[in-house]
Amino acid sequence: MSTQDTELGARPTKTFEWGPFLRTNGGLVALAVILLFNIIVTPNFLQMQTLFVNISQVATIAIVAMGMTLVIATGGIDLSVGAIMALSGAMAPLIFMSEFGQANPALGITAAIVVPLIAALACGLFNGILVANLKVQPIIATLILFISGRGIAQVLTNGNLQTFSNPSFSYLGTGKVLGLPFQGWLAIAIACVLFWVMSRTIFGRYVLAVGGNERAAELSGGPVKRVKIGVYMICGVLSGLAGLIVVAINSASDAARNGNLMELDAIAAAVVGGALLQGGRAPIFGAILGAVIIQLVKYTLLANGVEDEVALIAKAIIILAAVYLQMARKE
Amino acid sequence: MLDTDAFDLRKYLSQNPQSVAVWVALVALILFGVLRYENFGGAYNFTSFLNYNSMFIIISVGMCFVIMTGGIDLSVGSVAAFTSVVAAYLSPYGLEVALPIAVLAGAAFGAINAFCIIVMRIPPFIATLATMLGAKGGALVISGAETISVDWGSNFTRMGMETALNILPWSIVLVGAVIVVLWFVLEKTTLGRTVLAIGGGADASVLMGLKVNRATAFVYLLSGACAGLAGVILASGFGAGQPLEGIGWELSAIASVVVGGTLLTGGMGSVTATVAGALLLGLVFNILNFENGRGTISFSAYWQMVIRGGFLFAVILFQARVTSGRAARKAQT
Amino acid sequence: MAELLSMSGIDKAFAGVSALSGASLEIAPGEVHALIGQNGAGKSTLIKILTGVYRRDGGVVTFGGKDSVINSPREAQAAGIATIYQELNLVPLRSVTENVMMGYEPKRLGVFINWREAHRRTREILARFGIDIDVRAPLGSYSTAIQQLVAIARAVSLDARLVIMDEPTSSLDASEVEVLFGVVKGLREAGVSVLYVSHFLDELFEICDRVTTMRDGRTVDCRDIAGSTKLELIAAMLGRDADDIEQAGMTEFSGGTAGADLGEVLLTAENVTTGPRLTDFDMTLHRGEIIGLGGLLGAGRTEAARAIFGVDRLTGGRINVKGEASGLETPSAAIEAGFGYLTEDRKAEGIIPDMSVRENLTLALLPKLTKNGQIDRARERELVAHYIKALGIKTANMEQPIRELSGGNQQKVLLARWLAIDPDVLILDEPTRGVDVGAKREIQAIIRDSVAKGVGVILISSEFEEIVEGADRIIVLNEGRIVTELTNPGITEDALVRALAHTEGQAA
Repeated sequence: MSTQDTELGARPTKTFEWGPFLRTNGGLVALAVILLFNIIVTPNFLQMQTLFVNISQVATIAIVAMGMTLVIATGGIDLSVGAIMALSGAMAPLIFMSEFGQANPALGITAAIVVPLIAALACGLFNGILVANLKVQPIIATLILFISGRGIAQVLTNGNLQTFSNPSFSYLGTGKVLGLPFQGWLAIAIACVLFWVMSRTIFGRYVLAVGGNERAAELSGGPVKRVKIGVYMICGVLSGLAGLIVVAINSASDAARNGNLMELDAIAAAVVGGALLQGGRAPIFGAILGAVIIQLVKYTLLANGVEDEVALIAKAIIILAAVYLQMARKE
Repeated sequence: MLDTDAFDLRKYLSQNPQSVAVWVALVALILFGVLRYENFGGAYNFTSFLNYNSMFIIISVGMCFVIMTGGIDLSVGSVAAFTSVVAAYLSPYGLEVALPIAVLAGAAFGAINAFCIIVMRIPPFIATLATMLGAKGGALVISGAETISVDWGSNFTRMGMETALNILPWSIVLVGAVIVVLWFVLEKTTLGRTVLAIGGGADASVLMGLKVNRATAFVYLLSGACAGLAGVILASGFGAGQPLEGIGWELSAIASVVVGGTLLTGGMGSVTATVAGALLLGLVFNILNFENGRGTISFSAYWQMVIRGGFLFAVILFQARVTSGRAARKAQT
Repeated sequence: MAELLSMSGIDKAFAGVSALSGASLEIAPGEVHALIGQNGAGKSTLIKILTGVYRRDGGVVTFGGKDSVINSPREAQAAGIATIYQELNLVPLRSVTENVMMGYEPKRLGVFINWREAHRRTREILARFGIDIDVRAPLGSYSTAIQQLVAIARAVSLDARLVIMDEPTSSLDASEVEVLFGVVKGLREAGVSVLYVSHFLDELFEICDRVTTMRDGRTVDCRDIAGSTKLELIAAMLGRDADDIEQAGMTEFSGGTAGADLGEVLLTAENVTTGPRLTDFDMTLHRGEIIGLGGLLGAGRTEAARAIFGVDRLTGGRINVKGEASGLETPSAAIEAGFGYLTEDRKAEGIIPDMSVRENLTLALLPKLTKNGQIDRARERELVAHYIKALGIKTANMEQPIRELSGGNQQKVLLARWLAIDPDVLILDEPTRGVDVGAKREIQAIIRDSVAKGVGVILISSEFEEIVEGADRIIVLNEGRIVTELTNPGITEDALVRALAHTEGQAA
């Protein structure tokens, strides 16, 4: 009976259907359109400099968006990413500029990278426990650190802008490998590792299972709580890393601005990249694609003399369109 | 025979200790302030405190309605920034023009939210996130990213800067009146009860034949309008439209609502307790200022964010216990 | 007499799967009309079409002599149809008064709710049910029975011409049922029609006038209740002549093996209790044995399965696995101990719709397929290919998303998920529900083969012939307690039906 139904339901026409095509390849189409537009309209678009600028800026969005993608894959959301960036970014200069850091430069730099990352990991653990063990809705659970994380960063730095000149730390944000920004390579490396994790490891499989059907995953022996805590920790540590990169790019740490509104960029990138808000899908490279699109939209508008403000509206429309297409696909 | 003495949620709900606790904490904090600081109970502090917090109170109340349906509105902060600019532009025509149009502008953003959520079926979180960006961008565009000075010649600044009976700022009088109306709507009308029913069970509400879409649209329009009003107060009180303001307001509002005992999952909430929650969070900041003024310890202003987060954490822990009790019961029956 | 309600030729399909085909239902004014059928027969779907929750794909509905244009629950209420759904359609967080009065509150000045009057009316309505409670308290603070009665009170208070009750007594005790019956009789006397859906057949004889039976989305029988027997009703529900009900050979199973040498004891349960739904449950399962759990909906069968698999926490009693006290407190511990649990609700608890057949199939086995956190993909593919072939799973390839498979093939994948862990104990809750006849027999054959290999099976099924022919012993449950145990060979459907009927008689 069901075969009969599908036969009846199938459309006999062979005309090209834009709807489904856009839904599955919307991201790539959007990217192509933006690139084409820029090549035609934007002056000096096809230059190494453009590529360099965009990569160095997109890397942080991409790194956070990948963490966000994992969280969304379990059906969650993490609003605290920007605050965690501010926190880890504030800690790093404090450490390598401390007396200890000055006296032992090598150790100081190591600590300035490791300690903030551990703090970011702890923030993720905190989020994860609230969500997994206390069953608090992810939006609310991560709201706590969203509010107080940046506050802690500002308390640590007393709200001061910390400027520094430390070439070895700044390498994180200004170094070049094969002529391209170090953080771009870093983002690619992270993407490869996460892709491997999601496609080859038991953890990755469980992440998708938990997002796809939590009860089924639990009844099949999946460690639902540990998996959830795990994704928030990964998202936390990636945000911490992004915070360090931003500080390194600027050679300054501003706790008030570091990572501000990053949660929106990261969510937008993840969704544009194909992550389903209901969970169950973790397109890692999609997150990078989403981040690139968002960065390029920003760049395009800026390079063509449109104010930054309008870029916000454009971003809003991108998010709505991406989610709307998702909803349509789901039904 | 009929088992009526089931678990203790009943006690919790009927007495709602959290709402009570908020008021107790509020009174305790005021007493603490009055006893500890010389000028705390003075007219100046009273007036400026209420004036400043009236914006947060009205936004929190609007947010409270949204959260009672189980939704969320992240756009309130940028909508307030947007409407503050609108109000500043319209200030030469006087309050009677600037106020209603700015409020309508806020409601228009609410209408966009409602459309996205009800018709396009986009989750409230995402829909209002987009509106947040849109309103922020809109505010910056129409203002040219600069603060817009209001017309000091008209009656526009009276609301934010003058007081009734020499003590109550007009802003808080207006906000108070709106809150009274909204209290009536929630407690005494079918619309208000529908709002609560949706949060308590959206499917059940549909099956009960309630006008679910209408009530959902109402809460987002209301939240937008409340943000619009806050924008007017902002422009009036600071003498300028502030396109860059409003960052993080939505979170303060959510925190106030939660501290006031409204369940984040919806279905239960109170306008008065939300007002108390907003006052409580504002007061924490106020007291920190006084403590710094005494100079004995130096709490930087940044601590207020940390403390707000801590507050939220405590309340969430408390609510998590209550709701998990209910879940356990559900599993049993 | 002109019918109050007439539905005929009703069709409804969900995503291409037919739920109703040509179903019909007629109810006379002032009649208490019963609607019966097994799970999935289409009763709930038919009711939801009547009340505007679903749109029908085809067919005619007339209500009160006119073509019905009901498109939403609200319009149904306005037309005079009040419904008490099986899953309570109330808001536990809100007060009793609100739940009764919502949408119809008495007003002052046409706007403001007159709460005092609302409370008074609510008390009055509830008094008709013999309930005297604080109507200001949240509904959720009262027992399920009271909530059920409040739902009924709301429906009755709406001045309806037709009141639909879907399993109204499932959570009521005997005296509460009497109260409900009094209300139903009062409605009948007032000329109100009642559509009464119930699994408890004894109740029907007490209060109903006519009974309509549904099976597989069709209306198969409609008769006066007077002069009918319970056996006839059950036969109509199952789709067999009452005389033929003893006929064997409906399944791939071949009856019991009791008397043969029983293998090692895999599992014993003693006085296992998880709450009112399961009390003092005892069981011993041997290798190579199928134990059937018999009983009607809500008798405690699924609860027993959940308790054994570590899903629900025990509040009393203990479970021994292979003679040792077990600490199976989580499903993953149970899986570790060699247990598999095929759940009743395939969609909600079984498949992960967007994942592939391969990923769904190996989900429970993952820890054993993993070395240092990395999944051995070669072995995974090999295993999946083996099971797809062995169980005859029809899928384009192992990477096809499971949601695209038919119900029977999804079920086979889930079965393979548990066979893959090489289980000692398989708990199968409705293993053949919602699958077509061919797949049904194949699944039964798979179960039979695993038992032959020494697996102990706990089988729950609403298909009587399945447990009658499949089980070596049947533990019959009612209201969470064991009432009797039947042993094969020698069990007949008739005997099982009698055992169930007997328990019902005791309960009523």
